[in-house]
Amino acid sequence: MATITATSPSLAASPSLAVPQYDYDIIKKFAVMSIVWAVVGMGAGVFIAAQLAWPVLNFDIPYLTFGRFRPVHTSAVIFGFGGSALFATSYYVVQRTCQTRLFAPGLATFTFWGWQAVIVLAALSYVLGYSQGREYAEMEWPIDLLILAVWVAYMAVYIGTLMNRKQPHIYVANWFYLSFILATALLHVFNNLAMPVGLFSMKSYSLFAGAQDAMTQWWYGHNAVGFFLTAAFLGMMYYFVPKQAGRPIYSYRLSIVHFWALSFMYMWVGTHHLHWTAIPDWTSTLGATFSIMLLLPSWGGMINGIMTLSGAWDKLRTDPVMRFMIVALSFYGMSTFEGPLMSLKDVNALSHYTDWTVGHVHSGALGWVAMISFGSLYHMIPRLWNTQLYSERLVNVHFWVATIGVLLYITAMWISGISQGLMWRAFDEYGNLQYSFVESVAAMHPFYVMRTIGGAFFLSGMLIMAYNITMTIRQGVRAARAPGAALAVA
Amino acid sequence: MSALLDWLARPENAKPLGLVILFTTFCLIVLWVYGSRRRGERLERYKHIPFLDEAEDVKDAEDGRATR
Repeated sequence: MATITATSPSLAASPSLAVPQYDYDIIKKFAVMSIVWAVVGMGAGVFIAAQLAWPVLNFDIPYLTFGRFRPVHTSAVIFGFGGSALFATSYYVVQRTCQTRLFAPGLATFTFWGWQAVIVLAALSYVLGYSQGREYAEMEWPIDLLILAVWVAYMAVYIGTLMNRKQPHIYVANWFYLSFILATALLHVFNNLAMPVGLFSMKSYSLFAGAQDAMTQWWYGHNAVGFFLTAAFLGMMYYFVPKQAGRPIYSYRLSIVHFWALSFMYMWVGTHHLHWTAIPDWTSTLGATFSIMLLLPSWGGMINGIMTLSGAWDKLRTDPVMRFMIVALSFYGMSTFEGPLMSLKDVNALSHYTDWTVGHVHSGALGWVAMISFGSLYHMIPRLWNTQLYSERLVNVHFWVATIGVLLYITAMWISGISQGLMWRAFDEYGNLQYSFVESVAAMHPFYVMRTIGGAFFLSGMLIMAYNITMTIRQGVRAARAPGAALAVA
Repeated sequence: MSALLDWLARPENAKPLGLVILFTTFCLIVLWVYGSRRRGERLERYKHIPFLDEAEDVKDAEDGRATR
């Protein structure tokens, strides 16, 4: 049984700490499933991207059509890959920064099986044609109830662990994880208020109607981005970037201001998804105003993360895991600049409903969310299995393949999106629309091919990671089974 | 009391009041974080928390090596 002792002179006030080893089993399960779901979800993404370029790939099979498969892709990558990575890293970070074991390990095990069941059931229901038609919340009501049960259990485990902490101060990464857990609970409940058609029917209808329904959905939609895909991964960043760099975060005070500014501002911005629609104009302006203000905390956080490497920039050259993390922060900065820009009504008039939005989402999802997850998983997994990474060279190959993939993807979508926007608003000398819709679709074809190639690059990198991680785990398991290994700490 | 509740129930009153409360709270947090040098030094010390478990990492590695 391992023990730890607080040795930092900077925390001399803290008592000497002696705690039992951490609960790693649940973290291992979530970490492995995050890799599995990443392969599945990104594979589905490449498939539907190819369908847009070559519609023949629908094969005239209703279960494989874009409309049904697209939520399979988004749910598998956001909730399967991202969600499992967040469960894994949050359970790891909360134990190690609180120097205590997980509260209620039985409940933690329930969160694992419950969450995996949610992803599988959601995917099956989508291909069978069941959907609420709400973006990132397509699951029908029985699955929503299961999510609620899992989330309450997650909250109990997380808060219980925080309450059992041996360390007097709660490290800032936990604040971000906790805000993600609380905000996701709030968003999930209110966005999914619905009336089932019958007790034994999968179908339900929203409690809201018309513009109110749209506003509820985009209050959820953007805050899913804000709290699930941003705050939670910032929690990951605030722990794993300092650990990998071997240096504390650049400014702890800046991280506190970053946290509160994000928490105060994110909740207001959802209506920027509904510019030029039937909602009240002031709500639209409010969304845009808060989106612009969000630039400050977002960039404050990005600078805080990147400046952690101050004085150790050589790590960018020598450590591919660190490179993943710093490039992730750069994409975080880039997409949090692009987002406020696109929330301006005049820019939105050009960008909305075009592929520019798809490109923006993927610069955040692939560049920020996926890359910070890759970096964190590469850091954490060898430590969970008490071994070294199987191949750092493969991490480097993964990094370059993934970076080329993201760049191809977002460049294709920028060109395609801006071209679409310009073609749809072009008039001829008689005041008629210059292009028919189908002409704009035909003009997009080369960029859809380019996007598919970019996605295939990113998926290839993911397969390399899956191989590297599999070999790393096998190496760790073999070492643990070696004679005399029973004394080793997991 | 009922007049106050009626006043609060009107969105045109509740919304600016909410904005004032939240904005003031945020300003107070910033002031709290940066307003005192001693407090600032104490807060900055917390940045070392992720490194407190490194003694265990070393022990884990030693245990692992010893058993291979």
